[in-house]
Amino acid sequence: MYAQMIKTAGTGVKSPEEMTEEERKFQARVDANEKIEPKDWMPDDYRATLIRQIGQHAHSEIVGQLPEGNWITRAPTLERKAILLAKVQDEAGHGLYLYCAAETLGVSRDELTEDLLSGKMKYSSIFNYPTLTWADIGAVGWLVDGAAIMNQVPLQRTSFGPYSRAMIRICKEESFHQRQGYDIMMKMARGTEAQKRMAQDAINRLWYPSLMMFGPSDKESVHSGQSMAWRIKINTNDELRQKFVDQTVPQAEYLGLTIPDENLKWNEERGHYDFSEPDWKEFFDVLKGNGPCNTDRLTARQEAWSDGKWVRDAMLAHARKKAAAKVAAE
Amino acid sequence: MKNEWPLWEVFIRGQHGMSHRHVGSLHAPDAEMAIKNARDVYTRRNEGVSIWVVEARHIAASSPSDKGPLYEPSESKVYRHPTFFDIPDEVGAM
Repeated sequence: MYAQMIKTAGTGVKSPEEMTEEERKFQARVDANEKIEPKDWMPDDYRATLIRQIGQHAHSEIVGQLPEGNWITRAPTLERKAILLAKVQDEAGHGLYLYCAAETLGVSRDELTEDLLSGKMKYSSIFNYPTLTWADIGAVGWLVDGAAIMNQVPLQRTSFGPYSRAMIRICKEESFHQRQGYDIMMKMARGTEAQKRMAQDAINRLWYPSLMMFGPSDKESVHSGQSMAWRIKINTNDELRQKFVDQTVPQAEYLGLTIPDENLKWNEERGHYDFSEPDWKEFFDVLKGNGPCNTDRLTARQEAWSDGKWVRDAMLAHARKKAAAKVAAE
Repeated sequence: MKNEWPLWEVFIRGQHGMSHRHVGSLHAPDAEMAIKNARDVYTRRNEGVSIWVVEARHIAASSPSDKGPLYEPSESKVYRHPTFFDIPDEVGAM
């Protein structure tokens, strides 16, 4: 899940009696699976929550380029390099689709960027972990993109039109990402002993951070109840995490790799795998800024923004000059 | 904030002789760059054969609250649809 711990604005789900006339009409449209479009009336809390959620989702796509970009120059073959380049370029595209969706709610691109750079807005905790070996690129595609897909597929049906349309585009492209990751894992798992060890090491390090992507259990959360009533959250975090584990275990078995969880066991009665929770203390610590790469990631984005300023300014100055010359000639 | 590149709406014609269709938006300093950026953002998988861009501030839109008065007149004119007319089977395809 690229959006974690989104604080839903407002006071929780209102009963129809507590709602204003406008809120009742709005909720009826959401309940009827109608899409809400940018110019339609919407509660302020719905708008504020969506800006947080879509903004964080966009930031995650952009920051998510960094751990993978780390391996572009060191990909083992030219083909792998071209594929990784294409994937990282997709992530940039996904970030842009989402920023545009957020902007339809009345926030500007620069405000979103500044909130990321100041640390006011977050991105997914997963990107604060390093990619130490080539096998990590495989594991990121397989596990991290796999977990993201779990969350993004249902969000195609979200109530906000521009968000839904961005999700549909993203989901179409995301499947390539997961498959290329698994393809790398297959190659490594069938390779030399050293390559197998590398693949196993990647799962060992990335398994629990991937489970954290869904966020802590939100069973009791009133906030998540409101987000679900607005249909900007479709499933609970636990549902999605379970679905991810159930889907991933057989894929790991096929690779002949072990998921680093002694408690992982098929539960016949539930029809699901039982598994260990990740260390939530570590999760909150990473969110607070103390993960292995938080400083690196934010510094890279800050430098990209400040180093690129003269280019942005120069291009705008050039465009304005050309426009003025054109007006003068007419 | 004042130096933010303007927002452009992007329209793309797919492969099959369709009209241009709105696909999303992006920021660019001018039209030329908007088309180049649109190529990278919206046609990475051969989604189009032609791109239009228009600065978002030039688009005029109907207001959602006008929905009733704007479209109501056509609601009562079912005879505009061919299925309104019963044509006997003997007449053949029409």
